[in-house]
Amino acid sequence: MRNIFAIIGKELRAYFASPIAYVVLTVFLLLSGYFFYNILSVFIQRSMMMVVQAQQFGGAPPAMDVPALVERNFFGIISTIILFMLPMLTMASFAEEKRRRTFELLITSPLTNVQIIVGKFLAAMFFFIVMLLPTMIYHVFLYLHSSPKMTVGPALSGYLGLLFLGGALIALGIFISTLTENQIVAAIISFGAILILWVIDLSAQAAGPFWQEVLGYISILNHFDDFSKGVIDTSSLVVYLSFVLLGLFLTYRSIESLRWRT
Amino acid sequence: MIEVDKLTKRFGNFKAIDDVSFRVEKGEILGFLGPNGAGKTTTMRILTCFLPASEGTARVAGFDVFENAMEVKRRIGYLPEQPPLYEEMTVDSYLSFVAKIKGVFPGDRKKRIQRVKEQVRVEDYGDKLIKHLSKGFKQRVGLAQALIHDPEILILDEPTAGLDPNQIREVRELIKSLSGNHTIILSTHILPEVSMTCQRVVIISEGKIVAVDTPENLTRQQQGASRISLKIKGPDAGLKERLREVTGVLSVESNVLDGDGEEVHSFSVETELKQDIRGQLARSVIESGFELVELRSMELSLEDVFTQLTTQEEVRSQ
Repeated sequence: MRNIFAIIGKELRAYFASPIAYVVLTVFLLLSGYFFYNILSVFIQRSMMMVVQAQQFGGAPPAMDVPALVERNFFGIISTIILFMLPMLTMASFAEEKRRRTFELLITSPLTNVQIIVGKFLAAMFFFIVMLLPTMIYHVFLYLHSSPKMTVGPALSGYLGLLFLGGALIALGIFISTLTENQIVAAIISFGAILILWVIDLSAQAAGPFWQEVLGYISILNHFDDFSKGVIDTSSLVVYLSFVLLGLFLTYRSIESLRWRT
Repeated sequence: MIEVDKLTKRFGNFKAIDDVSFRVEKGEILGFLGPNGAGKTTTMRILTCFLPASEGTARVAGFDVFENAMEVKRRIGYLPEQPPLYEEMTVDSYLSFVAKIKGVFPGDRKKRIQRVKEQVRVEDYGDKLIKHLSKGFKQRVGLAQALIHDPEILILDEPTAGLDPNQIREVRELIKSLSGNHTIILSTHILPEVSMTCQRVVIISEGKIVAVDTPENLTRQQQGASRISLKIKGPDAGLKERLREVTGVLSVESNVLDGDGEEVHSFSVETELKQDIRGQLARSVIESGFELVELRSMELSLEDVFTQLTTQEEVRSQ
């Protein structure tokens, strides 16, 4: 455990010592703030128009749950943004260790490979949480100004979903980072892999309903929608956890094979 | 302390090291000498559990490097050829990280960091970022990293590469001062380094060990016979014959040199091994009435030995 903490500490120090972390953090917060503002104003306008229309034509205005719509669209956008942001956090993970030969230090120290991998994974997760924390203010703001008070469930399940989705993306990114010494190459391959996982169900539409359903399960964003609606589906949790474990397992094998090859 | 037995490492069809065996006793400094690409780094990487061997075994402090890697890793301090530094860290935070992953007790960490910084003389650079240090200082921080958990065994891959002459001397002195308490293997392709710091030398060429011995023995063994060079002033009136009569002399060659208008003769005397007959030779020259101006035994340098051994190997393999 102490070893894992040592790795986490070192990784976080590396994150905050490099400009990449600050750029990722800043751009992420700018984008999320911008989208939250936009989504909120669009739905408020719409609901006001509906009220006006109802007054003109008589009758009660149709029910419109603005906070729920905002939450759902906000999480939809955030989940898309992190598809592009998280590879930036994981691209250096092993690629830089290999390039700077510090990989040799880690491997020849009395650490297990599992400790190294888990340490790196948890450090990236921690940084991801740091990225998400400021966005919680938006929901507090939404809650304070909604009337009747919005339900907090979808916001909480949305964040839970983001953690699982982020975990899957981070595990995948760390694995890809073990394949190269060049962090840019790692980032580009991660983008490619994530994009394919994103649209994999579309590509199977011609292949018939069975494959469409199977690939629909693999598509990582499909499962996210439930979370942003406030539904925590076990099958989605299983899919994300499987992604995390698969990614970390591949990382483990990849590190082992590096030692046997080089 | 370290026992290497018939170690072979293949990369595809290429044998990086081939049937390598040697032992290192406790407290000894062993020099690993060989041209670039001879298999020094590969051997060290196997000993530090970075690479698994294809065949053969290696035991460090009684533990097999493959079966008991954790125990071996705890006991080894390793400085790879390129020091493994996190450049964005300060010297202190880097050493503190390495102390943690090498299993130094939390209570001892501060003390150990201070101690190794003194050992490699970077006390004043604790709060400097490693990327701002010069190459020599980076190398020292690399050495500090290898020493941090006070390991029984130190494995240093070209510890003086890229340093200036003063720094090289300091690092050599540091390594010498560490012997006794630590068992050290260091690799180098610089010959004087070996004769200056190491008690025993392994010469490796194209993955094979060509010689293991003390630097002195190596130079002695490689000579078929001892040679003594003599110089006398004045005319050479049959000295060659006189020298030949001295017991133990195998052959004498003479040469005339020109020295300050006076005639100077030089003789190269080949003698039987392990017989010091310099005294008899000197007496013979002086009793014959010649003026002796120089008498010295000509030793092969380690450099000659190295060249001989590594080129012989080439001839043999062809």
